[in-house]
Amino acid sequence: MIIRKSTAELDQMAQAGRVVQETLALIGEHARAGVTTAELDALAEEFIRAQGGVPSFKGYRGYPASICTSPNSMIVHGIPGPYALADGDLLSVDVGVTLGGFVGDSAYTFAVGEISADAQRLLDTCQAALAAGIEQCRSGNRLSDIGHAIQTVTEAEGFGVVRSLVGHGIGREMHEEPQIPNYGEPGRGPKLASGMVFAIEPMITLGAPEIVVHDDEWSISTADGSLSAHFEHTVAVTGGEPRILTRTAAGLLR
Amino acid sequence: MPVKEEKIEVEGEVVEALPSTMFRVALDGMPGTVLATISGKMRKHYIRILPGDRVKVELSPYDLTRGRITYRHR
Repeated sequence: MIIRKSTAELDQMAQAGRVVQETLALIGEHARAGVTTAELDALAEEFIRAQGGVPSFKGYRGYPASICTSPNSMIVHGIPGPYALADGDLLSVDVGVTLGGFVGDSAYTFAVGEISADAQRLLDTCQAALAAGIEQCRSGNRLSDIGHAIQTVTEAEGFGVVRSLVGHGIGREMHEEPQIPNYGEPGRGPKLASGMVFAIEPMITLGAPEIVVHDDEWSISTADGSLSAHFEHTVAVTGGEPRILTRTAAGLLR
Repeated sequence: MPVKEEKIEVEGEVVEALPSTMFRVALDGMPGTVLATISGKMRKHYIRILPGDRVKVELSPYDLTRGRITYRHR
């Protein structure tokens, strides 16, 4: 059952979303060549707690850190550690914050130094795909319209859409119903209604979309080693424009 | 943090073979049949499927009328 939140609850979720956005912005400022992902994780955790929030990922199903840091061909769930960023790297960072009983979830893929033209196009396309997915979050639309929009934008550029990982409903729990694939035919699934809140997260690849899971049982990379991008926002369906709960202040990122 | 997609695994018996390596499978405990395709792994190893075979089928919770045959039992 897709839980619908009241406007007051959405306002609370926006508080958590604001901390997520600020955490990502902070990480973005520090993501330079030579910095380790462990340092970014420590920075994020300290900031989140200073805001009165709790990192949602820590301890979630046994996940050991506060954020996910996934470089280059790693798609998601990279565990922060001694890996030092190198010039030309893409670093996907996923942040979850629980504040006031609600969860905010957002992700951004940062470019470290100068990146290739293809990598830049990958990032731009993923952000455009996310925007297209968010555009579909209007009451009256169907759930699969979101994934269809994302797939259309992504494949128009010749990139791959990861199938095995999906977006999700979000609220008091990080993962709520429904599952939101980033592909599919339009017009299927439940009708969207105001108060529904979704974490929409396209994961796209330069090459083929098949994935492999690493021995740490968390990190997931592209099977063919090609670059991947991941952008995510927590979005509420309203009577009118979709309300992006993890982008409350314009200009922090993007 | 993204979630791994859910898939439902069920057993069934192949009712008929259709063109383009599709199959009609009657699933245990469910009325009617599903349209199923063969998984890539099975194609790669040239595993034949015939009507009457017992198979394992993967279904998406979003479309219970289509499936993917992932295993043929002895």
